[in-house]
Amino acid sequence: MSDVLLQSLITGITIGSAYALVGLGFAIIFNVSDVVNFAQGEFVMVGAMSAVSLLAVGTPFVLALFLALIVVVCIGLILEKFAIEPAKSATVVSTIIITIGASIFLRGLALLIWGKDFHSLPAFSGETPIHLGSATITPQSLWVMGITAILVYLVHLFFNRTITGKALLACSANPIAASLIGIPVKRMMLFAYGLSALLGGAAGVLIAPIAFTSYDAGMMLGLKGFAAAILGGLGNPMGAVAGGVLLGVLESLGAGLISSGYKDAIAFVILLLVLFFKPQGFFGRAGEERV
Amino acid sequence: MNRYRGFFVLALIIIIAPIIFPDSYFVTVVGVTIALNALVAVGLNLLMGYTGQISLGHAAFFGIGAYSSGLLTTMFSWNPWFALLMGLLVTWLVAEIIARPILRLKGHYLAMATLGFGIIINILMVQPTHITGGPDGLSDIPVLNILGWDIDSDIRWYIVANGALLLGVWLALNLINSRIGLALRAVHGSEVGAQMMGVDIERIKIRIFVVSALFAAFAGSLFAHQQAFISPDSFSFHFSIELVVMVVLGGMASNYGPIFGAAVLTMLPETLVVFEDYEVLILGAIMMGIMIFLPQGLWVGLSQKIKPLFLNKATSSVESVGG
Repeated sequence: MSDVLLQSLITGITIGSAYALVGLGFAIIFNVSDVVNFAQGEFVMVGAMSAVSLLAVGTPFVLALFLALIVVVCIGLILEKFAIEPAKSATVVSTIIITIGASIFLRGLALLIWGKDFHSLPAFSGETPIHLGSATITPQSLWVMGITAILVYLVHLFFNRTITGKALLACSANPIAASLIGIPVKRMMLFAYGLSALLGGAAGVLIAPIAFTSYDAGMMLGLKGFAAAILGGLGNPMGAVAGGVLLGVLESLGAGLISSGYKDAIAFVILLLVLFFKPQGFFGRAGEERV
Repeated sequence: MNRYRGFFVLALIIIIAPIIFPDSYFVTVVGVTIALNALVAVGLNLLMGYTGQISLGHAAFFGIGAYSSGLLTTMFSWNPWFALLMGLLVTWLVAEIIARPILRLKGHYLAMATLGFGIIINILMVQPTHITGGPDGLSDIPVLNILGWDIDSDIRWYIVANGALLLGVWLALNLINSRIGLALRAVHGSEVGAQMMGVDIERIKIRIFVVSALFAAFAGSLFAHQQAFISPDSFSFHFSIELVVMVVLGGMASNYGPIFGAAVLTMLPETLVVFEDYEVLILGAIMMGIMIFLPQGLWVGLSQKIKPLFLNKATSSVESVGG
């Protein structure tokens, strides 16, 4: 029994790292622009698929990953510039529909470019599993966890130690006040979308060697990332990271103990329970409504 | 009588269309799908348009209706009408139970909760393969029979589905113009304000959620009998999104906008058949385009652009009379 638990824990933290990166991207965009970006999962898919294509045309491995991330960042910037910015005064429902529209659009584009086939990346460094007692861990899992930890730490440093990061926080606290003290709010918004696209793309190339990717792989990942952000409390980026890892672990424990077919259902049942009983998430502050 | 003018125009269009184009695939076949989708959209509009609450999980209620009818008639050989009633009853119970905690949430949280609910219900259709038939779904769902009259041809389905739609629109119109309708719009305007005026906002939101779920379930039951085959794919997150788009495309809080939206969105894949690969792409582009450039929806947005042309004429003629 304990080895099932350990194995589920390892799998859970690995996939949870991907949810954490997607959730972190969600939280950053939500903080800065009050928009829940349903196209976040598509960043993951585009990242993975671009890397696959670049490798296929003979690009060296590291360069291919790097270029794939640049592609994703460009898409994030285009999304902000041409879909979010023009609809500035839109209501919550409108922005939800715009970003869902964007995600469907990107999925349609991916279908045209890459077709319906499943793709996969080679592992970063070998496939030989490492034994941990009775459980095993693949080198790729270590890559996923390690790089996620580094990225999360960098984002944390960015928000707390750099002037740009603090300016971004100021935009999320009060955009009008921020622009009055000379922060270029529009450019900061672009920056936030670029950053969260980068995180999504990174999640994509990291898990592509473990999970197969296809044109429609982004949707479920995006929804799970959204769930992670809500578990952690929508306004709290580090909460989203914790929420992502927690979701990954609970989901894989549930799959191990109950049935893997219900894996996604377990994730959403947890989400509903949290929303019903602790809607501000585990790490968020309770907000009050302005009349 | 004025408030029913649109209703009679709609009824007239529905009656005349198959008379003018009796052999048109778009009228007798697609027309049935349009009517069923429109029925769900009209119900969803009560919740989204008039009360200002979003639901990204309405495909679930459509599915509960369809699966109740499908399962009870094929596995337990129930009379389709009892199965349909049972579907409504189950939907009513499910909606009533989840409405209370879900509608306490707002905005993004409400969107996420309804979305999660929809996905859970969809998984419950896929996973217990021995009951629901799993991803393959249920087939051989029997024909519906009204007073000894088998609904087994396209034109008969056209009559039944559009009759159901007209009934739904009539109910919605009466609801909107009643005391409850006024309360709903007050909730949309300001929940706190409505509460100050003595509206029990929690109860009224739950009620309208249940009503819109029943609209969806009723359409779902008819859908199951019309198709004779159902699978979980028809009730996925994607369909929930399409329903929201129908409401928004037409224009929220307009009585006929959602029907227009349902017609456009149902026709779209049929007309784009030549560009099958582009269908997803175009759907996404339409969603973004409408929301960015015509946030009140195509129906409301266009009619507002056209109305002033007539109104200006009217006012100028009044002025000329006065002068």
